[in-house]
Amino acid sequence: MATKQMLFSGFGGQGILFAGKFLAYKGLLEEKQVSWLPSYGPEMRGGTASCSVIVSDTPVGSPIVSNPDVLVAMNLPSLDRFEDAVVPGGLIIADSTLIERKVKRDDVKVCYIPATRLASDNQLGNLANMIIVGKLMALLDDYNEDGINAALSKVISARHADMKDVNLKAITLGKTFEEE
Amino acid sequence: MSEKILMKGNEAIAEAAIIAGCRHYFGYPITPQTEIAAYMAKKMPKIGGCFLQAESEIAAINMVYGVASAGKRVMTSSSSPGVSLKGEGLSYLAGSDLPSLIVNVQRGGPGLGGIQPSQSDYFQSTRGGGHGDYHMIVLAPASVQEMAQLTVKGFELADTYRMTSMILADGTMGQMMEPVSLDFDVKPAPEKPWATTGTQMAREHNIVNSLSLVPEELEQFNFARYDRYKIIEENETMYEEYMVEDADIVLAAFGIAARVSKNAVDEARKMGIKAGLIRPITLWPFPKAPFKAAADHCKAFISVELSMGQMIEDVRLASECKRSVYLCNRAGGMIPDPKQVLDSIIKVNGGNE
Repeated sequence: MATKQMLFSGFGGQGILFAGKFLAYKGLLEEKQVSWLPSYGPEMRGGTASCSVIVSDTPVGSPIVSNPDVLVAMNLPSLDRFEDAVVPGGLIIADSTLIERKVKRDDVKVCYIPATRLASDNQLGNLANMIIVGKLMALLDDYNEDGINAALSKVISARHADMKDVNLKAITLGKTFEEE
Repeated sequence: MSEKILMKGNEAIAEAAIIAGCRHYFGYPITPQTEIAAYMAKKMPKIGGCFLQAESEIAAINMVYGVASAGKRVMTSSSSPGVSLKGEGLSYLAGSDLPSLIVNVQRGGPGLGGIQPSQSDYFQSTRGGGHGDYHMIVLAPASVQEMAQLTVKGFELADTYRMTSMILADGTMGQMMEPVSLDFDVKPAPEKPWATTGTQMAREHNIVNSLSLVPEELEQFNFARYDRYKIIEENETMYEEYMVEDADIVLAAFGIAARVSKNAVDEARKMGIKAGLIRPITLWPFPKAPFKAAADHCKAFISVELSMGQMIEDVRLASECKRSVYLCNRAGGMIPDPKQVLDSIIKVNGGNE
């Protein structure tokens, strides 16, 4: 991996920013250069929320991801808005519980994962975001348990330490999910 | 070096201010800088400091005046429309030669404008911001690490020269998270024999005031202030150069625009175009020397800005109009992307513009 530009998008409350922060922290702990930039407009209060995450071996230039290598779309407006921006050969991960249509492009890799349904089937509340993160790390061949554990300890405050196990469960569930 | 942590730019400013010994923060919430106030609200009471949400921006800047008069490190922060409200206070701080730190996390204007990032307060910041002959030291961070570092530096410079330092950031710098190390050597604040700390019946009263009704005297105050500005221009100018040495096309950009421009320079170099970047870190004093030097070998300059073109005037002055200076910009909260900057480089390099 030289530079990975990732864009997470969904609606407010899906944990879009948290998922991005987790991957940024994981990169930092692995001594990569990282940046995390949220959309901070009124969309935070219910509309489309997105965040740009860059993990790189070299210093990060612009923190703004306009053409992602990886797009995580957690609702239909996000896929509609960003599908065309993904670089050819890039990866789109779509939450197929909430997005009924298929990706139109044929020059990108696509993973459909019913993350929202998997979360509710497994009593994982609103952790569809971390199920997707688990799958994302597996697809990028970037899944290492020590790094994941360390990053979770950084992004989950001591006060909510009990949340670590469920997050880990969600990540593992995502990793082992096989597309039908 | 201490462990790096991920922090938002706004939080990094707040923590760095505390490390620099600031124990008084006054502010009023406004997007996109509210995290500074939120951080201070949480942290100050725990360390014996003072956080106060003022009834307005104007009240906050005048509270800054009060604490600065007493010789303590003090700050306020806001975003563009809020900084305009503080303009009167900034002028009074200058007229009274008081050290303070103000942060402007800019958003699109004019008026109430929007909440997305902008650099359109460049004129306001570098030319003083309020009425009268004065300057502020204006520092323009381009990373979260610099948000922290320049905050510490800002307090030090303010104390050294008895004037206001401004951190001129923008929405992206405030909102983004990057790894930051908070391991700083902070110069302790110098003695402030002029501060209004009580005479203990042992000295004459100190008076902190900007009113001066005798024009001969007021002129002398202005002269003295500008003598000090001269020293600052000679000693405190900061900038970064990136591939400027052999560059045909030299970009000028600060803050987020510099980050975008760096990507464009890399892309241009891959195409065989010799592009480079001068990134002013102090916007006042403006780093004239690197532009003057670059004008001897480059073909043209491009000023990349999140405004309708403000710094471009300083680039023209600094390069003494020896080369054409073009503008590559977005405004109103939009950010130029590297492709737009690259297109501009290609166009100017081909001589078509």
